[in-house]
Amino acid sequence: MTAAVAGLAPPRRRISAETIVMRAGILALLAFLLLALALPLATLLAKSFQDSEGRFAGLANYARYFATPTLVASLWNSFWVAAVSTAIVVPAAFLYAYGLTRTRMPAKPLFMALALLPLFAPSLLSAISFIYIFGNQGFLKSWLMGASVYGPIGIVLAQVFYCFPHALMILVTALALADGRLYEAAAAMGTPRWRVFTTVTLPGARYGLFSAAFVVFTLVITDFGIAKVIGGQFNVLATDAYKQVIGQQNFEMGAVVGFVLLVPAVVAFLLDRLVQRRQVALLSARAVPYEPKAGAARDAAFTAYCALVGGLVAAVLGVAVWASFVTYWPYNLSLSLRNYEFENFEPNGAGPYFASLGMAALAAVLGTAIVFCGAYLVEKGQGLRGARTLAHLLAMLPMAVPGLVLGLGYAFFINARWNPLGALYGTILLLAVNSVVHFYTTAHVTALTALKQIDPEFEAVSASLKVPFYKTFARVTVPVCMPAILDIAVYMFVNALTTVSAVIFLYGPSTKLASISIVHMDEAGATAAAAAMATLIVLTALAAKVLHFVLDRLVFGRLQAWRRR
Amino acid sequence: MDQVVRRTEPSAAAVPPPSVHLRVRGVTKRFGGFAALDDVSLEVGSGRLVCFLGPSGCGKTTLLRVIAGLEAQDAGTIEIGGRDVSRLPPPQRDFGIVFQSYALFPNLTVEQNVGYGLANRGKGRREIAARVAELLALVGLTDQGGKYPAQLSGGQQQRVALARALATSPSLLLLDEPLSALDARVRVRLRDEIKTLQRRLGVTTVMVTHDQEEALAMADRIIVMNGGRIEQTGTPAEIYARPASAFVARFVGEMNMLDGVVAGPGRVRIAGLVLACAGLGTRPVGARVRLGLRPEEVRIRGVSADAPNALAVSVDPLDFLGPFCRATLHPVAAPGLAIQADLSANAVRDLGIREGQALTVALPPELLRVFDAGTEEGS
Repeated sequence: MTAAVAGLAPPRRRISAETIVMRAGILALLAFLLLALALPLATLLAKSFQDSEGRFAGLANYARYFATPTLVASLWNSFWVAAVSTAIVVPAAFLYAYGLTRTRMPAKPLFMALALLPLFAPSLLSAISFIYIFGNQGFLKSWLMGASVYGPIGIVLAQVFYCFPHALMILVTALALADGRLYEAAAAMGTPRWRVFTTVTLPGARYGLFSAAFVVFTLVITDFGIAKVIGGQFNVLATDAYKQVIGQQNFEMGAVVGFVLLVPAVVAFLLDRLVQRRQVALLSARAVPYEPKAGAARDAAFTAYCALVGGLVAAVLGVAVWASFVTYWPYNLSLSLRNYEFENFEPNGAGPYFASLGMAALAAVLGTAIVFCGAYLVEKGQGLRGARTLAHLLAMLPMAVPGLVLGLGYAFFINARWNPLGALYGTILLLAVNSVVHFYTTAHVTALTALKQIDPEFEAVSASLKVPFYKTFARVTVPVCMPAILDIAVYMFVNALTTVSAVIFLYGPSTKLASISIVHMDEAGATAAAAAMATLIVLTALAAKVLHFVLDRLVFGRLQAWRRR
Repeated sequence: MDQVVRRTEPSAAAVPPPSVHLRVRGVTKRFGGFAALDDVSLEVGSGRLVCFLGPSGCGKTTLLRVIAGLEAQDAGTIEIGGRDVSRLPPPQRDFGIVFQSYALFPNLTVEQNVGYGLANRGKGRREIAARVAELLALVGLTDQGGKYPAQLSGGQQQRVALARALATSPSLLLLDEPLSALDARVRVRLRDEIKTLQRRLGVTTVMVTHDQEEALAMADRIIVMNGGRIEQTGTPAEIYARPASAFVARFVGEMNMLDGVVAGPGRVRIAGLVLACAGLGTRPVGARVRLGLRPEEVRIRGVSADAPNALAVSVDPLDFLGPFCRATLHPVAAPGLAIQADLSANAVRDLGIREGQALTVALPPELLRVFDAGTEEGS
């Protein structure tokens, strides 16, 4: 029975074909991240230290920036608008999340779905809605008592709606993880309810609150679409960068603004990491999930609150959708498809919609493949430890890089005279790669989480059976991680479909995207057509999500019978 | 399968020593400044089942992974079947492995799992199916081939993992805590099954475990590890009867440890007692020693007051543990001392022993093991 091990004496340190495949994969991943992320950012940084002739200018651009009162004013504007939005969103989302996790109110999935709706729309859709509500011809203009919505008021309103689901998701996660035993212990000691809240609930959700605040602050300060559409004469960092580059062709100053924009985003990112690192496992393995007790008055109050907020979120979105079907706002309110005849408003007609669709599909396919294979190599790879660590750090970086900064970096990098990749400028491929990198981190973390959950010894077992790792990857790892892979694909698709900030510097004549077309049509005063295009995007993104849901059911139900016990 | 060799330990003299199949020489492995393995050398005879036994963190799993090539050693060599595999990647080492988690592929059926390593060797579909059927019969899962791992019990999953590891007929089988994820009852049944299977196939096997009972029941030889070093190597009976150190004595089975000082030739003073002791060797008067005695070695029947090391003791408490009772004995001459003794249910009944009762017991001088004081480390 014992197999005789004959054979030649092995050469020392033979490198097998398998090892070569592994190392080639790791190096390819690293090369991709360096080329598509590190080099563009480095080009942007270099640009901010050059004069218009490309000579080194030291800090001259930065000095000029801080000497220009209008630019410094927008820095301040960005900060306080972000602070105010954060101060509104986080408590509102906390209450909403509390209702969803700590009460027995009815229809929780419905309320969750309502609040998440803005995720499926470009940020500027909520701005368009507020123009219809409070704008010059808005139906509730009188409510502002003479104040103009075009400016900080409009920006904050739109940001609150746009950021709400982002904060909500973090806080729901934070509040859902509670140890029921702590509450039982508190109750056993006769602790008053407010004291339980301040000594158990709040500390448990503390890190979630920090995280939500950082995320919202960063989203607001880096968002371009809302400020562009509803900001009026009120300048913020993101619109400054756009104006400097697109309007005044002042690339060096655009680079400086980009870097000024990068600073708060990176600081928020680092603070968040620092805080999260201090979060030791509050939830031990023996924790008992918290089950909310019955409380009719509390449940009624939270149902009312969630119905109000969830209803408002849906209504704000609904206004834009409705307006897109109105024949001629506000004079002819009869419904028609007039605003969907895009050839009347947009030189490319409906082309941008299809360009967006193609780009998002390409980003979903490319992105899912790169991100998942990359995460596999980072997590399960062997050898080249340094390269894997560097690849992981680079994969975490896009979270801290505003889309506008990444877009500018790409524009400078790809158009640099020395760059042989210049031919890619304006192509769908470049837009897709840019979107993949822009949304890399969340997808990477999703893939890592899924990979960490599967047995760490699969690779060891397959090595002992002399099966190369890539066969086990295809035959076991990918099927086991299929739900996460679908999540990543849909995430990439929806975000690539709705993004504005990065791609606005990169599109070409035939590759103008829907989100960019919305900005242009709005600029040209065709707000209704912009709303129509945005509605198409929302519907497409929602359709993708529904398809995901169905596919998930199908995959779980039929193709993956092994998940059932 | 007539190659089953029946060994009766410890009189192994009749059986010729087997050829060495696995040889580990001077293996050292560091994680940062921590030495997980410190100059470890050992040999495993062909067809033998050897257990690496030790507390968690003693390096036993690391040693197994080094043998498998899943970790690279910093120094030392590994030979399998006379071939130096020290620098070879795992696929070129010829072993099968079963992990604590089993690492069964959840999306493949039992048959696909068992045949996983066969499909890659250019064998025909029919040949693979026949081999898989043979292996499933071997582990008693003939009718379970179409199921997925999640549909099996823990014990069945364990057997699938074993069949998968044996499928390619490796010359070396590595088992990493293969039973620790199972219920106590299933564990006892499976350890007999594994042992029987291993003897039938004659495959050289290394098993890592922290469960001394498992090691005693299954192993031909036990290698006790502590702090990255080998404490003792021997047959289960040797390890139990003659532990080389206080650590081994306490880790394998239980042992009373009595600290004392050599009071004269063959005599040790412990608290208020002077005990006769056979194994003091050349230790000088005044040397600090530890005497070890297993709880079941305390004699209670027919002890006369002038027997060697006879002690008047009181029993407090007496804990009922099913088939036997654990008594804590306090010598009248040294009430601060506590000696554990296991008394069979029979003895308790016959002698009418109750808590608080006075009793005369003996600590047989020839069974008192002598350790140097302070030899117990890291436990």
